[in-house]
Amino acid sequence: MTDRSARRERAGRIRFAVALGAPTLLWQVAFFVVPMGFLVAMTFWSVRNFRLQPDFTLANWATILSAGFFRSAYVYTFAMSAMAALAVSLAAFPVAYALAFKAGTRLRLLLAACLVVPFFTSFPVRIYSMQIFFSPNGLINTVLAGLGLSPIAVLNTPAGTFVGFLTLTAPLVVLLQTFALAAVDRQLIEAAHNLRCGWMRTILSVIVPSARVGLVVAGALAFVLAFGDYISPQFLGGSNPPTLSILIADQVKSGNHWPRASVVAVVMIATLTLVLGALLRFAYGGQGKA
Amino acid sequence: MTKFQITDPRGLLLRPTRRAVLQGAGALVGAAALGGVGAGPAYSQENVLNVLTWPGHGDPAFVKPFEDQYGVKVVAKEYVGGEPMLALMNQSPPGSFDVVLADAEYIGMLQEGGFIDEMNPADYPLADYWPEFQKFPLHWKEDKLYSVMIRFGYLGLAYRTDVLTEEDVKSYKALWSEKAKGKVGFFDWYLPTMGCLSLGNGNKSPFDIDEAAFETLKETLFSLRPQASGFYSMADQFAMLTNGTAGVIPGVGDWVVLLLQKEGVPVSAAVPDEGGIQWTESMSIVSSSAKKDLAKQFIQYASSPEGQFRSARLPAYWASIPNKKGWEKMIAEAPEDAAKLRHTFDARNVMDEYKDGKISIRQTPVQQDIETWNDAWSEFKAM
Repeated sequence: MTDRSARRERAGRIRFAVALGAPTLLWQVAFFVVPMGFLVAMTFWSVRNFRLQPDFTLANWATILSAGFFRSAYVYTFAMSAMAALAVSLAAFPVAYALAFKAGTRLRLLLAACLVVPFFTSFPVRIYSMQIFFSPNGLINTVLAGLGLSPIAVLNTPAGTFVGFLTLTAPLVVLLQTFALAAVDRQLIEAAHNLRCGWMRTILSVIVPSARVGLVVAGALAFVLAFGDYISPQFLGGSNPPTLSILIADQVKSGNHWPRASVVAVVMIATLTLVLGALLRFAYGGQGKA
Repeated sequence: MTKFQITDPRGLLLRPTRRAVLQGAGALVGAAALGGVGAGPAYSQENVLNVLTWPGHGDPAFVKPFEDQYGVKVVAKEYVGGEPMLALMNQSPPGSFDVVLADAEYIGMLQEGGFIDEMNPADYPLADYWPEFQKFPLHWKEDKLYSVMIRFGYLGLAYRTDVLTEEDVKSYKALWSEKAKGKVGFFDWYLPTMGCLSLGNGNKSPFDIDEAAFETLKETLFSLRPQASGFYSMADQFAMLTNGTAGVIPGVGDWVVLLLQKEGVPVSAAVPDEGGIQWTESMSIVSSSAKKDLAKQFIQYASSPEGQFRSARLPAYWASIPNKKGWEKMIAEAPEDAAKLRHTFDARNVMDEYKDGKISIRQTPVQQDIETWNDAWSEFKAM
């Protein structure tokens, strides 16, 4: 009897879970899985007279994978996104640390709100406005000239792209790191202090390992956002050199080559899947054993 | 499966919003602020004229008199570059557009694809046009008219006068000069840029070149990479010339600098001695349109003196006009602008360069396919 009621209770729970999860699942199937399948299928299509033709050709894959411009763009995009993720993670940590451990509740809320404010404006508009700072005769160079320093070139260089990536990812990474650090068990930190652990060692041996999952996820998210960003490399980096997302646009712009653009997109998705998989494995890896 | 047509697969890649932003964040923000992005729903579809066009041609400054006269709304779907235009024509459901404004080099492709109608020359004031444009070759096929020129301009070098001098820009060699180092900007479209460099290489027909000449053109292009400052969208060129990031841009011309000059930016445009390229914007009636009369009336308006006068000074970018009566109207009503556009009869005017034989008409590549040129461009960018 107890067995049957337990089973009934379990069935009810499953029904409830299905009812709760189904809309999201259906949404994902309709708007992610189906288009994704379509995207992959399109990589085998051909283009004739600017018109897409259902086909099964490997020509698009062969062309893109053997193109020098694709390989350069891939290496460049990967390296820039990885550096941006690393740099922003390192730079965000002291801020997140201060927010999580040093700031009072009210101050923390206020500062967290400040981190959300940038999202009130669309990213392209923010990037456009940054051109004012970085143009050759812009605000920064005017100040530098006033101080007798030589001007810096940021606009239309990889540095511009990098600045854009940092702008895009920094607020999110700080927020995520703050949540991760705030969730660290204070008793562990107190224990470390009681055992005469210095502050640096406390951070490296206690806080960072405890918050590892959150910290890695924050960095991974930064990588994902930068890797696919079109706005920064186009409007701050001047497409000089182009990233993969610009390459997608280029393939479509001249020649209407959606199939080739799809190849680039699929390679990007595969890359992100692998990188995210590796990072999450690293993040959660130790926990199962511990 | 074969009947299944993608009307707009861009949705997959989240491109439309980005492109829209690219074509003028300001306009987008403005439209959004007014509560409606895109066509106003106030007009029912039969009172709407849909025009597929380069940016700026749906501006009230140009279309308002026509809208008022006929009680219709002109809705412009904008594109940048001939290939995206062809793609839109190919992929949109029949009836999506009534008028297409295209560059002359694409008219032949539109005609062959059956996308545009034959036009009656008597319907349009071609007799008032400069003789050179009355029977513009790319608009005619087997003595039938398929398109009417609305605007044109020359492409050579656009430059900041504090970077290069008038003497410097007499040759495309200025692009490789020490003065232009790191300051050569590019309009991110292979066709005009590579065409001008091809002229610089001494090719008389810049787009009709053999394999050897094409390889040389690629070398010429690639040798410019160390000079490059960046690759700009249509709108970004204005900003980059203004803020000085770009000192010179090949493959563009008056259409970029005239508006900037008006704002006091020290820029100018030149057709170097090696020659320049002519671009045109021409209007055709779309075959699948259900409103061909209205389409015809719109093209009649655009080619009339009033339409020409307004179109020449489109707020998005200025251009030359082929109708001499339009010139007269401009000289009478806006003499300063006529002087800026060099649309005067008593001094050297824009038609003289044409008469000098320095101008080649822009075409798509003849001996190579578009993809080959475009791949060279992608390679150049990624160097």
